[in-house]
Amino acid sequence: MIGVVQFPGSCDERDAVAACERVGEARLLWHEESDLSGLDAIVVPGGFSYGDYLRAGAIARFSPAMEAVARFAADGGPVLGICNGFQVLCEAGLLPGALLPNEGLRFVFRQVELVAEDFGGPFGAEIPAGSTLSIPVKHMSGRWFAPDEDVDRLESSGQIAFRYAEGHNPNGSVRDVAGVTNEAGNVLGLMPHPEHAVDPLTGSEDGLALFRALAKQPAAA
Amino acid sequence: MTLAEAATQTTRERALELGLTDSEYDRIVELMAREPNPVELAMFSLLWSEHCAYKHSKKLLRRLPTEGERVVMGPGENAGAVDIGNGYSVAFKVESHNHPSAVEPFQGAATGIGGILRDVFAIGARPIAVLDSLRFGEPTSERSRYLFEGAVAGIGHYGNSIGVPNVGGEVYFEPPYEHNCLVNAMCVGLAETKRMIRAAAAGEGNVIVLIGASTGRDGIGGASVLASAELEAGDDSKRPTVQIGDPFEESKLLEVCLELLERELLVSLQDLGAAGLTSSAGEMASAGGVGIDIDVGRVPLREPDLEPFEVMVSESQERMLAVVEPGRVDEVIALCRRWQTNADAIGEVTGGGHLRVLRDGEEVGDVPITALVDECPLYDLEPAEPDGWIYDNENTLGDREDPSEILLALLASPNIASKRWAFEQYDSVVGSRTVRRPETSDAAVLSIPESGRAIAIAIDGNGRRVACDPHTGAIEAVLECAQNLACVGAEPLGLTNCLNFGNPEKPGVAWQLDSAVNGLAEACIALGVPVVGGNVSLYNETEHGPIYPTPVVGMVGELPDPAVAPGAAWGEGDEMALIGPFAPSLAGSELAKLRGELDAGLPATEIEAVAAALRFVREVVREGGVSGAHDVSDGGLAAALAEMAIAAGTGAEIDLDPLIELRGCSGETALFGEGPGGILLAVPSAGGEALAGRARDAGVDAVAIGSASSGRLEVSAAEREVSVALADAGRAWGSLGAALEGD
Repeated sequence: MIGVVQFPGSCDERDAVAACERVGEARLLWHEESDLSGLDAIVVPGGFSYGDYLRAGAIARFSPAMEAVARFAADGGPVLGICNGFQVLCEAGLLPGALLPNEGLRFVFRQVELVAEDFGGPFGAEIPAGSTLSIPVKHMSGRWFAPDEDVDRLESSGQIAFRYAEGHNPNGSVRDVAGVTNEAGNVLGLMPHPEHAVDPLTGSEDGLALFRALAKQPAAA
Repeated sequence: MTLAEAATQTTRERALELGLTDSEYDRIVELMAREPNPVELAMFSLLWSEHCAYKHSKKLLRRLPTEGERVVMGPGENAGAVDIGNGYSVAFKVESHNHPSAVEPFQGAATGIGGILRDVFAIGARPIAVLDSLRFGEPTSERSRYLFEGAVAGIGHYGNSIGVPNVGGEVYFEPPYEHNCLVNAMCVGLAETKRMIRAAAAGEGNVIVLIGASTGRDGIGGASVLASAELEAGDDSKRPTVQIGDPFEESKLLEVCLELLERELLVSLQDLGAAGLTSSAGEMASAGGVGIDIDVGRVPLREPDLEPFEVMVSESQERMLAVVEPGRVDEVIALCRRWQTNADAIGEVTGGGHLRVLRDGEEVGDVPITALVDECPLYDLEPAEPDGWIYDNENTLGDREDPSEILLALLASPNIASKRWAFEQYDSVVGSRTVRRPETSDAAVLSIPESGRAIAIAIDGNGRRVACDPHTGAIEAVLECAQNLACVGAEPLGLTNCLNFGNPEKPGVAWQLDSAVNGLAEACIALGVPVVGGNVSLYNETEHGPIYPTPVVGMVGELPDPAVAPGAAWGEGDEMALIGPFAPSLAGSELAKLRGELDAGLPATEIEAVAAALRFVREVVREGGVSGAHDVSDGGLAAALAEMAIAAGTGAEIDLDPLIELRGCSGETALFGEGPGGILLAVPSAGGEALAGRARDAGVDAVAIGSASSGRLEVSAAEREVSVALADAGRAWGSLGAALEGD
């Protein structure tokens, strides 16, 4: 069972549940819940948690659900953060780097191409290095940033998961980074929305592999 | 104004200042059998404003057809709704937020989205799509660019934050909108029909619960001094009458209202829009034939010293009013607390037929509901057709005669150029229903797994053509929407409209309004499409004159299978046929505008012939054999062909002589002439003649005109010939962003 966190102000939580349900079972996890028993994987979905008025993801990280997700991740549980979820995971210190306002200072919606890097963990196992995925982005603060030496280190430790294909970087992120993992590889965050790429009728199904990775997790003890 | 200041004026003087006329004030005194106190006067001035009372349009609107077998809710509710089968309905409405956007574009447009969303979830439907229809002055004007950029950012900010996709829309740039932009927004929602709820209050003793944001001083007098009067120089001072939007609050409010309805905890629900509590309570009581007491002392406030009249007319956003049985109030409040949303019992339903305002239990106002809601005088228009073309003309094309150059100029014209710059700022996919995204097909297509089908949505209204001929132009606005729907195989189910006009007290504007409503009615009756709701925005006028008369039409249709809905691009090797009674004319066209040759009059339209063509197009599209479909609109056939070529990345060789022969027009008119009833269909190789033949057998005009190949668009039309490289066409069509950024 995959848990999809729902904050006040979440937008894509139902879409994330629907994406999970294409490959497994899922339910919403209210932001005030801190009991994750029975959940095998977690999605922190997109949206504008608590309005994102202070800074994207800055408030959501303090919710009871996110405190539980941090413990779940530390125990090796797989966690996927999408867009606002990625911002929340960075704010919570579960993922490296920070997400700054887009270079153009405007919200951008666009179908972009991503190139998968050689990365480990449950997500990397589903996506061959070098494969190209067509997935939409939609965000205001999606410019991933980390100091040069940190990016070097993340590159050598295989924590860069996705980059925007050449000419597809919509926000000016450092070295075209679109998604990163934690050191253990069980936490992945990305700005593009794989839950909006699970059906050719509405775009593409290139995002499905990430949800397959979540559904393949062994049932929690 | 404070009560003390008010006391230094006579009540009549104050009434005139608030926008009422002498005779309206006399009528209020007669209905009340006494002079109103300041609280009561404030309430009357808002509800008797044009914006709330429709006093110059109500009689006209009675001409529109509102009934149909699929209609679930019609005009008078927060939004209209039509049945889409399997126990589901779609609700929709379009509304304007013009004057607020002219004064403060970001918040004006943002709260326009907020307001139309609330209209839809007030009847228990979850919003699943937003579309917008925008009008500004030419982007060469710095002020127009500022308004356009602000409005787009505001629309994006609000809609994106709530998680409702913005799936389509249209933008026109014309000088008459320079001083009075238009921001119309349409929302479409989906509901289980049995869960839908009306706004009528009922049940004496039931509790009035105010849900959502606290009440502040924003938007005081928005509906009267801002929305129901002409804009004037110095209107920046009216900025405090513009409301401030908080999409996070609205997002919680939306979820909480839908959950309250799901649990059947509400008797009725109404949003707070123009004129705030006064209008919501008044309309709920009027619809239910009951009275309502409101205690302003129990309304949560943003600042402590609001006067009772301010609480009653504040247009603070993100608020809803619910009628709840006394035994369920605790449960309602608890659910709202879970969503971190205010909910307060502020009054009750009474049997008296009065709207009473109390402050901490003491009466400060008492108005008969019927006087407030139903007794506002309605005015007859005094239409008089103006003598010829009343707007300016300017030649911006120079003396260019070469058709290829003209085509590139048309493609770069802001009205025709790609609006990617705008729609890239909108989330168009949240909700996982969007099958056709903006500019990929003529109508937005959303899958509805709940009904096993799909819906298509279009919004349109070319004000310039309505200015040329209000009657025919309004017919064309309806036909344009129906054509857009037909291109994706959808049949219209219902229509909503927003009538944006100038000052109706002026005979020329009255004539535009009167003629346009007749045109709308005629087209809706002929197509069998009921009008299920809408909005009227008058006084869109400044000292520079009225806007183009702009009836914006939003249409929702149904199609069986979204997987076969074609896009607006053809495929390599496809053959193209032009279907329908399209008879091109340069009157009112984009080319006539660029040449400064606009004049009164448009060729009359044969609605029945267009309807027959649309039936045919729907039929062949639904069979699944059509690879691309696009209707002929702004810029004529040449622009429509170029748009398909650019979208496809493949050029074409086209011969328009068969059309010229059929219509007896010139080559230039065939290339750039406009008019309703033309649909371009692309079908796989060698199918063009057969498709045209099949159409003719069905009694629909059709000509095969060529095939797709190569990297150039070559169109021959008698004495004229267009030959442009696809890359050049694409560059011209994609130039709006650069024009806006000023590089």
